[in-house]
Parts: sequence; C-alpha cells; structure tokens
Amino acid sequence: MSLSRQDSFLRGTLDMLPLSIGAAPFGLVIGAMAADAGLNHLETLMMGGLVYAGASQFSALGMWQTPVPVFTIIGVTLIVNLRLVLMGAALAPHVRHLPIYCRWSFVGILSDETWAMALRRSAERPLTTSYVFGLIFPFYVNWLFWSTLGVTFGSQVSAPEVYGFDFVFIAVFITLVMGFCKTRVNVPPLLASVGVALLAKTFLPGVWYIFMGGIAGVLVGAILHSDGVPADD
Amino acid sequence: MIDFQTFLTIIGMAGVTALARVFGYWSMGKVQIRGRLASALEAVPGAILASIVAPAAFLAGPAEFMAALVTILLAWRLPMLVAVIGGVTSVVILRHLFG
Repeated sequence: MSLSRQDSFLRGTLDMLPLSIGAAPFGLVIGAMAADAGLNHLETLMMGGLVYAGASQFSALGMWQTPVPVFTIIGVTLIVNLRLVLMGAALAPHVRHLPIYCRWSFVGILSDETWAMALRRSAERPLTTSYVFGLIFPFYVNWLFWSTLGVTFGSQVSAPEVYGFDFVFIAVFITLVMGFCKTRVNVPPLLASVGVALLAKTFLPGVWYIFMGGIAGVLVGAILHSDGVPADD
Repeated sequence: MIDFQTFLTIIGMAGVTALARVFGYWSMGKVQIRGRLASALEAVPGAILASIVAPAAFLAGPAEFMAALVTILLAWRLPMLVAVIGGVTSVVILRHLFG
C-alpha cells in the first residue's frame, strides 16, 4: 500500500467529504421512513448494510406495508439498481491492477458517489488500494450511521431541501459530468443521455430514465467509434 | 428482533443488488476491452451520471434549473469544490426568491 500523501486513504476520504455531508440528511430521512414502515434499528442497519443503495431503499420503504409485498419490492429494487451493471462494467478496466480484496470490496459496496469519484481520480492517476479504501469505507459507515440514527431522530429533521442539502448531490454530479467533457468526442453521448433521460423521466414511471439515458449515451459512444474516432487503441 | 418477512425482503433486495453490482464487473473481466467496446464503456460514466442528474437539475423547478446552470458555469473553469458551494448557495437563495 502506498503511503505517499497524494495516494493515501485520507485523500480518498477527503474527496468524498462533500458527498458524505450531503448523504447525512438523506440517511436521516431513510431512517425516519424505515421507522414509519415499522422497521427497528437492527432491521434498518441490516438493510443499509446489505443493500446499501439509497435510491432503492427509498423506493422499497415507500412501498412498505403489512403484509410486506416481498416480490414487488425485490423487483423494483432490481430495476432501480440495474445501472450498477453498467457502472461495474465501466469500472473494471480502472481497477484491474489492484489486489483482488480491494477490487471485490469496491464492487461489493459500489455506490454512484464512490464510483464517480474513483473514475474521476483514475483519469488523473492510477487508483491505489489505500485511496479506494479511503473512498469506500468511511462513506459506507457514514451511510449506516445516519440512516440508523434516523430511526430515532429522523422525524425531527425537516426536509433536506430547506438547507439545500439535496442540491449537494446534484451539484457534485454536475461537476463530475463536466469533468467527462474534456474532449469533443465525449459531448454527443452526454447530450444523448441528457435528452433521453429527460424524455423518459417525463413519460415513463419510476427510474427507467437512468437506465435508458445510460444506454442512449453508450450507444452513441459506440456508434461514433465507427466514424474513425480513435479509442484507446 | 427481526421480523421474518422483513428479513426475507431485505435478503432479496440485497441479492438482486449484489447481482447487479457483480454482473457488469465480472462480465468485463472475461473479455478484451478494445475498439468499439472500449468507446462504449468510455461513454458509460458520463452517460449514467448525466442521466441520474439531468431530471433532478432541469425538471425540478426554476430555482433548481437556474442553480444547475450556475453550477455548470462555475465548473467550467473553477475547482470542483467552488462550483459545488456556489451551486448550493445559489439554490438556497433562488428557492427563497421563488418561494
């Protein structure tokens, strides 16, 4: 493990800091929703720890009732989390050089936020084990902490919108997307994704917009390849 | 302390989510990534991020829309943290203005 400051665990944790702060109110809200649905601390901790995918936890808890619609919830969870298939595929070439325990730790608790931050970092310098661990583990514990705390205190927190906490996530993602606009080749796929996502969000239920917007961008990226645009080889 | 139906549901949710996490990663470990596949994969990060954020940024309301534009402009030249702080500050002010 490299001990140089730039590659350190701390660097990864600091890179995630704005997103960790932004995740706190959402964790509290998830905890409050879990309490409303009748889940206790242990069950909420278990869901956060094993599922660890905020959007799907929101969807599931929103549908929770007695008796629990087990298969509906599992099906919706799969749809909400389908994007992880594409994300895992895109991550693979960036972590190939890392030891197996690091790679599978990352994949096992892959999240939108840590994934995006890792790819941003990887564009500048190769990822290291300590940096990846600094990204993923504090962010994981942070989520479990706030969501479990939310079971007790979540209902006392006013909506995250009031303080703009919800916009932290949006602002960070916008800056990350801008980071992928470095060359002209990257722009058409992004525009295709934005267009399709906005259309799908308007006309389709649920979160299909993420998957369809993602597919649209990937297709445009693949199509442009045949126009003689050089890829990495 | 754990309700059985709740337990089953969480295990099921965890199972399909783990499947989604592992499948894409694992499938790319089996193939040589080059040519058109490389171009396609290269487009994934931006495509997914843009798809997640576009509706939240552009369809939520006038305050969010304008704050998103502010964030984009700031991110154009300035460091990420400045753009994020500027974007969040502007959304708080704009939401106040738009009621």
